[in-house]
Amino acid sequence: MQSLFQQIKAGQLWDFHGGIHPPARKQHTSQKPIGRLALPDRLYVPLRQHIGVPGALLVAVGQHVLKGQPLTFANNAMAVPVHAPTSGTVLAIEPHIAPHPSALPELCVVIAPDGLEQWRERHPLHLPECDRLSLLQRIQDAGIAGMGGAGFPTHLKTGAASGVDYLIINAVECEPYISADDVLMQEFATTIVKGIDILCELSGPKAVLIGIEDDKPLAIAAMQAACSQREQYLVKTVPAKYPSGGEKQLIQLLTSKEVPAGRRPLDIGIVMQNVGTVFAIAQAVLEDMPLISRIVTVVGDSLTQPQNVLALIGTPVGYLLDACGFSPEPAQRIIMGGPMMGFTLPSVSVPVVKTSNCILAPSQAELPSASNEMDCIRCGACAEVCPAVLLPQQLLWYSKAKDLDKLKEYNLADCIECGACAYVCPSEIPLVHYYRVAKAEIREQSRDELKAEQAKARFEARNERLEQEKQQRATRNQALALQRQQLMAEQQKNREIEQAQQRVAATSDTATELSKEQIIALREQKKAAARAYQAEKATQQSMQHSADTADAAAANEPAAASLPATQPAQSQPEITSDPRAAAVAAAIARAKAKKAQTEPGETSVVVPAATAVAAEPILDTRAAAVAAAIARAKAKKAQAEPTPQPLPAPTAAPVKPQSDDSGASSHDAAASSDTDRDANRETAKRQALAAAIARAQAKRQQTDAGSVAMSHVPQSAHSTATTTKITDTPDTSALAKSTAATPDTPADDPRKAAIAAAIARAKAKQQQLSATDPKDQA
Amino acid sequence: MSMLVALIAIGCLALIFGAVLGYAALRFKVEADPLVDQIDDILPQTQCGQCGYPGCRPYAEAIANGDAINKCPPGGEAAIKKLADLMGVAATPLDSAQTPAIKRVAYIREDECIGCTKCIQACPVDAIVGASKLMHTVLIDECTGCDLCVEPCPVNCIDMVPLPGTVERWKWNLEAIPVHVVESNVLESR
Ligand code: SF4
Ligand code: SF4
Ligand code: SF4
Ligand code: SF4
Repeated sequence: MQSLFQQIKAGQLWDFHGGIHPPARKQHTSQKPIGRLALPDRLYVPLRQHIGVPGALLVAVGQHVLKGQPLTFANNAMAVPVHAPTSGTVLAIEPHIAPHPSALPELCVVIAPDGLEQWRERHPLHLPECDRLSLLQRIQDAGIAGMGGAGFPTHLKTGAASGVDYLIINAVECEPYISADDVLMQEFATTIVKGIDILCELSGPKAVLIGIEDDKPLAIAAMQAACSQREQYLVKTVPAKYPSGGEKQLIQLLTSKEVPAGRRPLDIGIVMQNVGTVFAIAQAVLEDMPLISRIVTVVGDSLTQPQNVLALIGTPVGYLLDACGFSPEPAQRIIMGGPMMGFTLPSVSVPVVKTSNCILAPSQAELPSASNEMDCIRCGACAEVCPAVLLPQQLLWYSKAKDLDKLKEYNLADCIECGACAYVCPSEIPLVHYYRVAKAEIREQSRDELKAEQAKARFEARNERLEQEKQQRATRNQALALQRQQLMAEQQKNREIEQAQQRVAATSDTATELSKEQIIALREQKKAAARAYQAEKATQQSMQHSADTADAAAANEPAAASLPATQPAQSQPEITSDPRAAAVAAAIARAKAKKAQTEPGETSVVVPAATAVAAEPILDTRAAAVAAAIARAKAKKAQAEPTPQPLPAPTAAPVKPQSDDSGASSHDAAASSDTDRDANRETAKRQALAAAIARAQAKRQQTDAGSVAMSHVPQSAHSTATTTKITDTPDTSALAKSTAATPDTPADDPRKAAIAAAIARAKAKQQQLSATDPKDQA
Repeated sequence: MSMLVALIAIGCLALIFGAVLGYAALRFKVEADPLVDQIDDILPQTQCGQCGYPGCRPYAEAIANGDAINKCPPGGEAAIKKLADLMGVAATPLDSAQTPAIKRVAYIREDECIGCTKCIQACPVDAIVGASKLMHTVLIDECTGCDLCVEPCPVNCIDMVPLPGTVERWKWNLEAIPVHVVESNVLESR
């Protein structure tokens, strides 16, 4: 019994299941030399032409680039750079229709060639001195990705493969019409063999098997001549059968080994490279020529001179067609790729990319377009030809039923989309298209599953965090309450002592009067403290409720925050006679202020706006922003309003000036007591405070209105606009204007703009709402 | 007599086997996924609350306790079908309008954002970044499109926009592929 290696050496071939024999139609192009074209006037180089991620941009619009200059660089392993196919100027970097059946735009670098073909500096490598890493680096830098169709980054494939048994060079080219690899081998056999040398250096295989279909006698002869010096390079002629160029099929054909489902050839010690890729590697290493052009078969009955051309990457398909004598018929279809696995192009401005091996412009007579699809008769012809030994009729059934689990069970993933099943189907069912849709569904589903998993994890993490925060807050509040109680008790004691002392010391009339005043002040202070405490308690409670009640808490907060500020100011002047009392009052004020600060700090939410506004010096822009925010908040509130009775809304407008006054009065006191403060700053602060109060009120009303509006929502689902719209609109626009007008007088331009925007938005939403509201009014 | 022996023998055997089986049942007990977890895995984890529960897991618990399986619009018919299989009940049509099939994500118009942080509090999956009084933005990859952040925004600067199509996400559209080259070849080879 011969070993496998001996069998292969002896020239034995195996066979794979199924396969078909479509007419090859290669004779139009395979006998002609490779055509060289003039430069097109625009090149569209997509940033991503392979499987993986695009590299990072290196050029800018307007920059002059040299031929071969990298346009992007690979910033991770899955990235492959692209290069300027010729010297010229970068006109734009913009989305352009991608060579993909979806016709979706992808980012492209648009280059206007200058016709000089000026090369950048080139540094060819000398093979004997190179180590593995520098070779791999060069392959990546040259932007080489699998040119057989899939476009997998070549440096990854070769980098992973060291010490494999067989290196297989795929030169089968089994799909009808395409002869790009055929002519490549005819003209560049020696370069290809040098490329194979480099790959051998990288992966050290026992033998190199070059698979070529027997309908390419010239290419076979050329390759055999080029390989004559090398013992272990075996040119294997395989019988023409579609799809013997499939990776797994060719491996089975040449070595009898089967790649298990879901595994890679590397797992059984085989690595396969397309012959075009090998040629690109040779050029990159030996001539430092990145992948900037490729051979494309331009063929079809709508062309007068079908031929293989050397096309620069980025050349629009239309330009290639014109160069080959394109005379389109009505409803002309252009197919990128072969007739079996290709796709129709949405437009002829699509550029040629690294994986485009064929542009097909067939006449209607040559390739009639889709005709009537009939039901599956379960004849089983498809299962007989399937090279992946699948059951296409079952896959069709489950694809139609969208039963993704069953599809996975029937190994849809192993389908290579060769189209053999559709080719033989007597019912003319476009089976592959169903599989492509189903595969996309499966991909989408797994993406969704992944996303759901992530969302769940994030949701749970968030809940945990909220729970933790709640507990922390509770413990802190307890501690604070305890502290406060102690402080109050102490304070009380101090005051009593103080009062006793005063009563003893002051026997005169004036003294009694003073103490009376003091008592009043004290009482006031206590009341204020109680108020603050209650307000705070309410805040805490509501904080612990869910998000909507948080609004209410936010509304309460400024009240609590404003208290400590006003409180000491009112009481201080009266007790100034006693420094100790003043100190105590100051301490209380500090404690309260601190509490007010820490409170919002831990929730890190709405509240800081209120406290911070009062605390920091305020700039003009900030005041403007605040005013704009008020306007917008009010606008929103006006929107949320269920319109017929705009009662809460108008109150918001008058409330503003009122609160302005009250805020001002308390602050005037503070200002008078604190003479060294800058007057400017003071007024700004006052404005801010007023704004905060106004906002709080607006918000509170909004939440009220919101809860009312909420109940209306379901009803308004399908009502239409009526005349009420017209009656309502001026009403609220006027309202919006009045609210917008109230903010402080020194209104500068951006603010005005913001206000105007708010009004506009309010009006828009108003109209929307009133359109939905008539039902409520009726 | 022999009858009695047979009965005793069979009885003994039954006892022995019973004991062995009972022991095996305890010893090699298979930890089944609790029902709630299985249901939760089927639900889409959008956490949108449209089912009337504060998230997917509470709804999963409710289903396990006998609630209807047709309350999750984001899951759609597919989830209902799976739930019906799992729970052994008949699949019922969705009880409210299904959410549009197009995936949407939240988008904050950043120059209008006032930095109120309300949307951050509303987002169930922490898909919004921002800080108080600073601009906020949505992490598209994490956003589940649940709509919950839209309502709380005081200045209405959040939109739900359809996720832009990309080449990777594109689903083949049968009508868009008029290439059908196969028949001519069939005719020719005949
Ligand atoms: S060849 Fe067509 S008709 Fe026959 S079993 Fe397959 S899908 Fe059905
Ligand atoms: S397209 Fe898929 S199912 Fe059809 S023959 Fe090819 S591998 Fe088999
Ligand atoms: S409706 Fe569906 S997605 Fe939304 S919370 Fe309920 S179970 Fe989750
Ligand atoms: S950003 Fe908005 S729509 Fe997206 S998950 Fe968060 S709350 Fe839902």
